[in-house]
Amino acid sequence: MAEKEEYEKVKDTGHNWDGITELDNPPPRWWLNALYLSGLLVLVYFILYPSLPLVNDSTKGLLGWTQIREYKQDFAAIEQRRAPYEEKFAQMSITEVLEDPEMLNYIRASSKVLYGDNCAACHGIGGQPPQAGTYPVLADDDWLYGGTIDDIMMSIANGRIGQMPAHDGALTEQEVTDLTQFVIDSANSLPNEAGRILYDQYGCAMCHGDDAKGDKYAGSADLTDKIWRFSDTEEQIRRTILHGVNDGFDPQTRLAVMPQWSEKMAIKLEIKADVINAGEKVEEINWKDELNGNESERLSESDIKKLAIYVHQLGGGE
Amino acid sequence: MSESGQQNQKQADNIYQQTADWQLNTGDIKIVAKRLLGRFRSLKWLAMLTWLPFFLGPYIRWNGQQAILFDIPNRQYHFFDLTVYPQDLWMLALTLVFFAILLAAVTSVAGRIFCGYFCFQTVWADIFTLIEGKCEGQTPSQASKFNSTPWTLNKLLRKTVKHSLWLLIALLTGLSFTAWFTDAFQLWHDYLTLEAALPAWIALAVFTTGTYVLAGFMREQVCLWLCPYARIQGVMVDQDTILPHYDQAQGEPRAKLRKSAIKEDKGSCIDCNLCVAVCPTGIDIRQGQQLGCITCGLCIDACDDVMTKTNQPTGLIRYASHKEIHHDAKPVQLYKRPRVMVYITIMLLALTGVVSGVTGLSPAEFNVLHERQPLFVRLSDGTIQNKYTLKLLNKTQQNMFVTIDISGLAGATLHQVKMTEIEPGKVLPLTVFVRLPEARLESEITSITFIANMNGEIDNNLTYQSMFLAPKL
Repeated sequence: MAEKEEYEKVKDTGHNWDGITELDNPPPRWWLNALYLSGLLVLVYFILYPSLPLVNDSTKGLLGWTQIREYKQDFAAIEQRRAPYEEKFAQMSITEVLEDPEMLNYIRASSKVLYGDNCAACHGIGGQPPQAGTYPVLADDDWLYGGTIDDIMMSIANGRIGQMPAHDGALTEQEVTDLTQFVIDSANSLPNEAGRILYDQYGCAMCHGDDAKGDKYAGSADLTDKIWRFSDTEEQIRRTILHGVNDGFDPQTRLAVMPQWSEKMAIKLEIKADVINAGEKVEEINWKDELNGNESERLSESDIKKLAIYVHQLGGGE
Repeated sequence: MSESGQQNQKQADNIYQQTADWQLNTGDIKIVAKRLLGRFRSLKWLAMLTWLPFFLGPYIRWNGQQAILFDIPNRQYHFFDLTVYPQDLWMLALTLVFFAILLAAVTSVAGRIFCGYFCFQTVWADIFTLIEGKCEGQTPSQASKFNSTPWTLNKLLRKTVKHSLWLLIALLTGLSFTAWFTDAFQLWHDYLTLEAALPAWIALAVFTTGTYVLAGFMREQVCLWLCPYARIQGVMVDQDTILPHYDQAQGEPRAKLRKSAIKEDKGSCIDCNLCVAVCPTGIDIRQGQQLGCITCGLCIDACDDVMTKTNQPTGLIRYASHKEIHHDAKPVQLYKRPRVMVYITIMLLALTGVVSGVTGLSPAEFNVLHERQPLFVRLSDGTIQNKYTLKLLNKTQQNMFVTIDISGLAGATLHQVKMTEIEPGKVLPLTVFVRLPEARLESEITSITFIANMNGEIDNNLTYQSMFLAPKL
């Protein structure tokens, strides 16, 4: 646009259609040069970034950039942001964490991923398994092995294997029916004298307790509440009574196994509890004597601590 | 060549000749506009003063902090006592609508007076050319004489002074712009100690360079070839729009003045070319309204001056509508122009929205999210429990004490956190549980209202309606 010459003075390409001539107006020189120069940017990339594939490797580029390095740097940056929380968390007792809303929010947010990776497959994303009766619900207030954070921590660290013997053959058909009715009545807070006699006679109270409210040390279910570990239908209750839970001699037994996530932590928790019960100081424990170093550890102690708090917050922690 | 071919050739010639006739100023001639005094010149100075707040605004303090601050890192906009968060961004959208339509309304009434009087390009270029004029000569001939003389100490000194002043203004412009986005005093300190953050340096560099180049060197070229608003505003003008017009009937045929005698058959234009000489974009208004005209009225000042001196009626060039000049029509009342009325309606609507938004700005934002997985949980005594995450944003400058309560669901109880303190500008997620005994269950879905009371003040409540879910009965 710079010069507006008379068109007659402009060179034409020699093409002429019906009297319309095609003029030869080249783009401005500076514009053309800028176009060529922009092409040279390729060279800049060539020098700065990995570019030429070689036999086993490639040229490195002056910046030394690689995708995995960038990922690692970003990851390190996240870790760095988390570090102050993680360090603080490691020093805090569980009660302190529960009283610190900011820390609690951090734990809730960061444990969501941990829970999703390790727990949600069985227990469901929000602490309720997709299919009722398959795995224990973590969002309610009914706990087989206790619902305090310490109890939950132990359950995660050591894993749990429920035990209920099969009674197939030990009970008559009528006795099974009576016991089933007793369990149903207990849940609805109705008295059932005949069932109660059988309950005592066959030693159910040994695990489920005199009050039938279960025992967290045995991991036995509370029979008086409205929550059913497996099912509330008569047929399924019969099955539990007849075939038990995790009874190795009964092929029809119910399977209920929580894997162990840290043998090391389980041992430590147990020793700590013993030491505290004996009135001694936890600081004086010589861990080298107590642990042989071969204990399995699928999750770190801090992860288990986080998960225990997370699960405790799901809806019904004690 | 056939006869039709020749005809085509002739048409093509016409097109080329037309384009050759266009008055195109593409920067090959540097425009040095003469500066004269006059009504519209004074008006222009007044209009230019509206840019003073741009330089001074950031230094106003309010309650110990900057009164007007676009705090981008913290996603907050402070305006005296008011703090606007991204949640209220719709008000900014309405404000922008208001100003966009204001531009349209003003343009349809009075042409590109934004361009001529208020635009930063016009204002800055005017100041820059004022400096240039003082240093290198006020008229085109003086300026070209100055520039063609060989380099002397005097010339070097004058050039240095000019560019230093330009750069100083450019720097101040960049700094003032940046100061709206971060604490102004701290920014000065950071710049002077070379400790400013990278974005601050980039903003300063971009605006300094931009000002220096656009106002110093490109000037009217920006209005002619760069600015989209110039072209957009051009199409908003109609025959009722008031623009600087040269009254051909009065002025033509133009002729040079001879011995101060005015011939009978001659128009009032004495062809002194002063209207062209004073034009900041270098156009000749006598050729009619054109794309280069920023409607600043400086040619009117010049022409009126000449008309007075030659004892002729003023107003040969005057602000008038096309209809007034060419059809002797009277100015049309605003309310008789539908387009203007539509613009004004939209502006009023937008303004109402902003005003109601600002007055009704709530001190907090309150949201309740119902847990989706699981939707409900049965507790050991049969009670149904629902889990909710409450999100509270404190939009005030002080800590806020919030008490949570529920209503609308008979027999339901609220558990876990009931009262909390939120720091200014922070969002706090709270997990709460609502429990309803089995006996009180009435349906699968019941609505429940969450009430957040702020600072214990009666009526200072925010509510959020959510759902309580239960198994099939």
